Amino acid sequence: MTKINNDSLAVAALKNGTVIDRINPEVLFKVADLLDIKAIKTSVTIGVNLDSKKMGKKGIIKVADTYFTQETLNRIALISPQAKINIIRNYEVTEKHHVSLPDTIVDIVKCNNPKCITNNEPMPTVFHVVDRNPVTLCCHYCEHKVQQNELTLK
Amino acid sequence: MSNKSLVSINDLTKDEILELIEKASHFEANPNRNILAGKVVATLFFEPSTRTRLSFETAVNRLGGRVIGFSDANTTSSSKGETLKDTIMMVSNYADLIVMRHHIEGAARYASEFAPVPIINAGDGANQHPSQTMLDLYSIRKTQGTLNNLTITMVGDLKYGRTVHSLLMAMRYFNPRFNFVACNELQMPIEYKEFCQANGIEYHEYKDFSQEVINETDILYMTRVQRERFTDLLEYERVKNLYNLHNAMLDGSKPNLRVLHPLPRVNEISYDVDSNPKAYYFQQAQNGLYARQAIICRSLGIDC
Repeated sequence: MTKINNDSLAVAALKNGTVIDRINPEVLFKVADLLDIKAIKTSVTIGVNLDSKKMGKKGIIKVADTYFTQETLNRIALISPQAKINIIRNYEVTEKHHVSLPDTIVDIVKCNNPKCITNNEPMPTVFHVVDRNPVTLCCHYCEHKVQQNELTLK
Repeated sequence: MSNKSLVSINDLTKDEILELIEKASHFEANPNRNILAGKVVATLFFEPSTRTRLSFETAVNRLGGRVIGFSDANTTSSSKGETLKDTIMMVSNYADLIVMRHHIEGAARYASEFAPVPIINAGDGANQHPSQTMLDLYSIRKTQGTLNNLTITMVGDLKYGRTVHSLLMAMRYFNPRFNFVACNELQMPIEYKEFCQANGIEYHEYKDFSQEVINETDILYMTRVQRERFTDLLEYERVKNLYNLHNAMLDGSKPNLRVLHPLPRVNEISYDVDSNPKAYYFQQAQNGLYARQAIICRSLGIDC
């Protein structure tokens, strides 16, 4: 287990909670939406355009006293596949992992086809992942394809 | 077979396709049978399609079943804002099977997920129309004696033509060879060419509707080039007559060649072709009746 060096952190350390690191800064606020950060009552720190050796600039979200389900965290892979999850317990990183895209995406992405049933009925969207790099989704209902750069979140 | 919806031709395995073709040939030999006595089939046409609706309703009537339904959504509660789900749930109380056509894509897939009775998709926008594909496959098998190793030439609107896309995908089981004949604006979309490559299907693309292409063809699948598909109307004027079939063009064709068309045709097949024994489009439409009888019985789990 790694002890976090507080001196190197641009934002305050967490005692307990989840750090989502290495977020593509361009989609940072979309990631916040995916995790429904607005609804969280504990303290949340959002850092944007932080220097990163690997990425140049990165975004980071730290959420105190909150642990997300893997399913929720995997949603991030849709828009920022290189993001990294750190689980913090008592100032220590107890788990580190990458996000991975599930085979099926339920009710997160909007179908871009205006004639699709999902845009005309009160119902969840369902997409199948047909390609991972770059991400290509296929609507379960109208069978239209959606590319990563044209993804719209619901 | 148990109760099953039919939403997309891609939901069927090779064996299921062959079984439906076999059943359709039994219905052709004997189309009037009382095996749907006591059954009620609802035909819900949220978008008008007289040809498809009459074909399904005839299929039910000739098998002794009863039909309820509507041919225009303006006369139903969906025009008052009722959701599709509510309409389908309501009709499910009355019918043993729902045949539906809708201008919204994915409507039939969605309905099949919650409806307590099976759903047959009779067309959902530009997406799927599996009974059309089944009647095309049945017509090909009937005229050629096999579905295997055929050269199929598709002509006209290959970009928007739902029927050619579904037929192409269904033929993947049967080692076809395709010729795609279309102008620049209406070429076969890249995703279907990639599908051919992924499935090891040989295809060739042509801009000229030439004698050489016709002469090597077993099935000539004609489609309508529609004016409203063009962004450039000058291009339409330039190409509108290039993909028309005239009787003389069939002079050197193979004896087994048959001309198919999903209908309605406008001028892409001259009327002088109609009397040629190779013209098959009207029998093709008739085959729709037998294919739909087979599909209906499969959905209702009736062994026929």
